[in-house]
Amino acid sequence: MCLGVPGRIVAIEDEQRKLGVIECAGVRRIVSLHMVAEPDQALADLVGTWALIHVGFAMSTIDEDEAHRTLALLAELGEMAEMAEMAEMGAEARGEPGGGAT
Amino acid sequence: MKHVDEFRDKALCQGLVARVASLVPQVQRKLGRAATAPIKIMEVCGGHTHAIFKYGLEGMLPETLELVHGPGCPVCVLPVGRVDDAISVAEQPGVIFATFGDALRVPGSERSLLQCKARGADIRVVYSPTDALALALAEPARQVVFFGLGFETTAPATALVVLDAHARGVPNFSVLSNHVTIMPTLQALLAAPELALDGFIGPGHVSMVIGTEPYEPVARDHHKPLVVAGFEPADVLQATVMVLEQLAAGKARVANQYQRVVRAAGNPRAQAVLAEVFEPRETFEWRGLGWIPRSGLRLRPAYAAYDAERRFAVANLSLPDHQACQCGEVLKGAIKPWQCKVFGTACTPDTPIGACMVSSEGSCAAYYNYGRLSTVRRLKERREVTP
Repeated sequence: MCLGVPGRIVAIEDEQRKLGVIECAGVRRIVSLHMVAEPDQALADLVGTWALIHVGFAMSTIDEDEAHRTLALLAELGEMAEMAEMAEMGAEARGEPGGGAT
Repeated sequence: MKHVDEFRDKALCQGLVARVASLVPQVQRKLGRAATAPIKIMEVCGGHTHAIFKYGLEGMLPETLELVHGPGCPVCVLPVGRVDDAISVAEQPGVIFATFGDALRVPGSERSLLQCKARGADIRVVYSPTDALALALAEPARQVVFFGLGFETTAPATALVVLDAHARGVPNFSVLSNHVTIMPTLQALLAAPELALDGFIGPGHVSMVIGTEPYEPVARDHHKPLVVAGFEPADVLQATVMVLEQLAAGKARVANQYQRVVRAAGNPRAQAVLAEVFEPRETFEWRGLGWIPRSGLRLRPAYAAYDAERRFAVANLSLPDHQACQCGEVLKGAIKPWQCKVFGTACTPDTPIGACMVSSEGSCAAYYNYGRLSTVRRLKERREVTP
């Protein structure tokens, strides 16, 4: 119920009632686009956008640039942690006191 | 699945786990804690609890980091009295009672909605409140009542359907609102001194609606870091790292790990429909947490025609939990699910005694379905040594 699923808006079903078609893992469903429709924007502009779907409503668009930024940051964090671990292992191998948990 | 699989990458998660392991001792030193005293971070939302168990994160993290599972599962916090209220409406002749499937097995004082359905009540599981409105349009001779459940994540959907029903003049549709809001609940938790939490992982999808600004008092007044997070394992781990980094640096800020979905101001259209249709109740009862001021939402007088509480004269019952049930302590994070007397024996997902065993987002159900026995044993031993 509270867990949203990401889906791509593939078509507009009913401009008046702000209904669109989303595709999620190969399944298509009609959802309300009311919460993600900018007042001064044509609904058709949303086609191709990814959105998070909750109980039949697109509740937020997914910002692809932000998604990439988060992933890049995550990858960087992972590399940093790996390097720190390697440095620690190297220190241990040299018989120096480690800087980590004791 | 795009926007999902990338955040389940094993190497990414392992890197983050290593980072957590190196940060925890730093935080312990900074806070002047013994090396055995755990750092406690609460994940408020049941969706995070679900992710933590589904992906086995608890078993990967150091024992000196304790994830405390919070009360952010709307099904789990539904008190017995409200379940009985729902049943009293569902059992009225001519009513079709439409609910999300999660709520079916929540035990009332005598029976659940599922048992009520078995006795002949017309209870339908719907995926969306729009399905309930469609039922009302298809069955004009029946009264269709939608069981409104959830935090700010799902409440705007209910609100929009009420507006739709109003615009179309649907006379046989109403909502039994059990919608709740997050901030009064967080405030109540912060006021409970026995919890002694060091920081929070904030709910991603509630925040997608309300934004990150409403959490400022957590950092400003209570000096606890809060990081809004997404629901994939790398999201939860990164948010944990972000909370620990703040603690290690002696900071307490509201931050947003889930930038791809959550904007600082939230979703203004969702906020507008919420404010149009709902108003806060003076107080609302939560399973395990008791009465919390201004934590529940009811329909505004302008939409009274769609309020099932007025249409069916609902009693607003307040009833005690089953006496063996310790959901209250679980919801407050005071005990772990497996420390409950009836966990996994008398109380299982098939025959739940308490609500935390019902919803897939409930912490007991998460432990029951995904918990690794080895982790439970290890934690149990640790807790017996250091109470």
